[in-house]
Amino acid sequence: MVWTNAIIQGVLLGGLYALFATGLSLSFGVMRLVNLAHGDLAIFAAFMTLSISTSLKINPLVALLIVLPAAFVVGYLLQLIIFDRVVGVDPAFQIVATFGLGIVIQNALLEKYTADTRGLNVGRLKTSTIKVNDTIGIGWLPLLTFITAVVVLSSLALFLKRTKLGRAFRATSDDPDAARLMGIDIKRVFAVAMALAIATVALAGVLFGARSSFDPFVGPARLIYAFEAVIIGGLGSLWGTLAGGVTLGVAQAIGRQINPQWGELFGHFVFLAVLVFRPTGMFGKVQSR
Amino acid sequence: MTTRVVRGTLASRVFAVVAIVAVVVLAFLPSWGSISLQRKMVELLTLMALAVMWNLLAGFAGVVSVGQQAFVGLGAYSMIAFVNVHHQNLYWSVFFSALVAAVLSIPIGLIAFRLRGSYFAIGTWVLAEAVSLIVILQKSLGAGNGASLNVKGHALATRQDNSYWFALVVGAGAVLLTYLVLRSRLGLQMQAIRDSEDGARGLGANVYRTRFLVWILAAFWTGLAGATYYLQQLRVQPAGTGGAFSVVQWTAPIIFIVVIGGIGTIEGPVIGAVLYYVLRERFKDHQTVYFISMGIIAIAVALLLQGGIWGTIRRKLGADLFPVRRRLVQRPD
Repeated sequence: MVWTNAIIQGVLLGGLYALFATGLSLSFGVMRLVNLAHGDLAIFAAFMTLSISTSLKINPLVALLIVLPAAFVVGYLLQLIIFDRVVGVDPAFQIVATFGLGIVIQNALLEKYTADTRGLNVGRLKTSTIKVNDTIGIGWLPLLTFITAVVVLSSLALFLKRTKLGRAFRATSDDPDAARLMGIDIKRVFAVAMALAIATVALAGVLFGARSSFDPFVGPARLIYAFEAVIIGGLGSLWGTLAGGVTLGVAQAIGRQINPQWGELFGHFVFLAVLVFRPTGMFGKVQSR
Repeated sequence: MTTRVVRGTLASRVFAVVAIVAVVVLAFLPSWGSISLQRKMVELLTLMALAVMWNLLAGFAGVVSVGQQAFVGLGAYSMIAFVNVHHQNLYWSVFFSALVAAVLSIPIGLIAFRLRGSYFAIGTWVLAEAVSLIVILQKSLGAGNGASLNVKGHALATRQDNSYWFALVVGAGAVLLTYLVLRSRLGLQMQAIRDSEDGARGLGANVYRTRFLVWILAAFWTGLAGATYYLQQLRVQPAGTGGAFSVVQWTAPIIFIVVIGGIGTIEGPVIGAVLYYVLRERFKDHQTVYFISMGIIAIAVALLLQGGIWGTIRRKLGADLFPVRRRLVQRPD
């Protein structure tokens, strides 16, 4: 029963990891860009939410109404101002620019908020659980997070499949030059993709901040889990990303159940095993490059 | 008309003399400099060695890692294991710790090299995290709290002088090593691959093997620099400020140094390291703001001025201090 509970918690945590991974998967899929500041942007959003919810005295989840559109705009501008210049050049500069951005965000947060750990106070939602039996309890917040992840991923899949802009996304992903010749405004496609990526990761960051405490330096770990979820699930597959997140969450939960210090390490081992034995991931279509 | 391939230039010959004199003068620093200068030089020289090695990987071999802190940590912690746990000679342990880092870079590399480009970069980061978590599980190495190097029986003054000379060898050696590698067959392959991977492959360069050899070499020297740094610091801890496995402590400054100084040049990381270190000492009381500024400058350089400081100077002067390029010179008979 202890194990069943651990696995259930792992699956729910995996939903959060998938939400962190969605933007990474999207930006890689559309413009082959890996943003190393991905996790730091999520934590940045969590801190913004903290400031807004305390100054306006509103619930952090209500503050999302301000934070998510803001994140969308930030993503759009980041792509136009910074990332566009490093798409398709020597990957070293892409890594330097995005990694540098992450370091800048971490230290800016440190300067403004100090290194103290914070949390987002979402009221009763944080503690209320559905009791299945004595050992198994499902928290409302983790459940809500998991459902949010599924909804976000489904909407994104539908967007890519059904809308005109979604088709432009897929065309650009397949062959940017041909897409440009067909009259697609590639720069705009890239900017919208990054805007969506940052908005989803901001949502993930706020949900993360509601369930765990955070400080300016927890971003890189979020990036690493997101990346592991993407690779485990397989590049180029949105549902693979969900499966990857859940696999990672369960692996960490099992490890933690054996020894509290082993949680993260178990997750890394699963990731490394996938890299060694199945580099295309569970549902992967494209080789990483 | 006869045509010859020439490497050296007047500038490079003058520079070689200046460089040798500088290293000799620095070798005698313990007799003319203060202890505090000596300590600072250890920090500067090891940081420079790390930057030079990262540049060899990223700037010349096209292998961009953000997991080099793994090898700094492995160097530092192997030294703790050799000296504290197995009671080996303090100075030999520095060398053997670097060897451990090099040996472990093979399995780490075998996994990481399955990824390319930016994914390779995060992959090395994950691997560094995994290595760090495994080290933290070792109670004999002080677990999460870290450990202090056992230097009982070594007089403070000799130990400090020795640390300094080690650091000088590590720093100057890193530059010399890069120069020699770039002039060798391996270096020619590396640069060919960097300029055109397919072209180099077509001409018979083994891309994978070349990159892997450089990876191991860089891991060895990075481990050496890590062990040397902590030989002076004595206190080794896994994470946080000063942490041996900390990406913020090591890889972030290294990347800033190389990019600002000039990636893909030998001179760039040296200039970058000196500049970075001197400014860091100058703005000691404003570390966070200093780090933010360096990050912004590095981003700006990556976007707008991709040659960095030395790349820009070189374009203006047209001369290399380290002659690794081959030039055709025509002369009338």
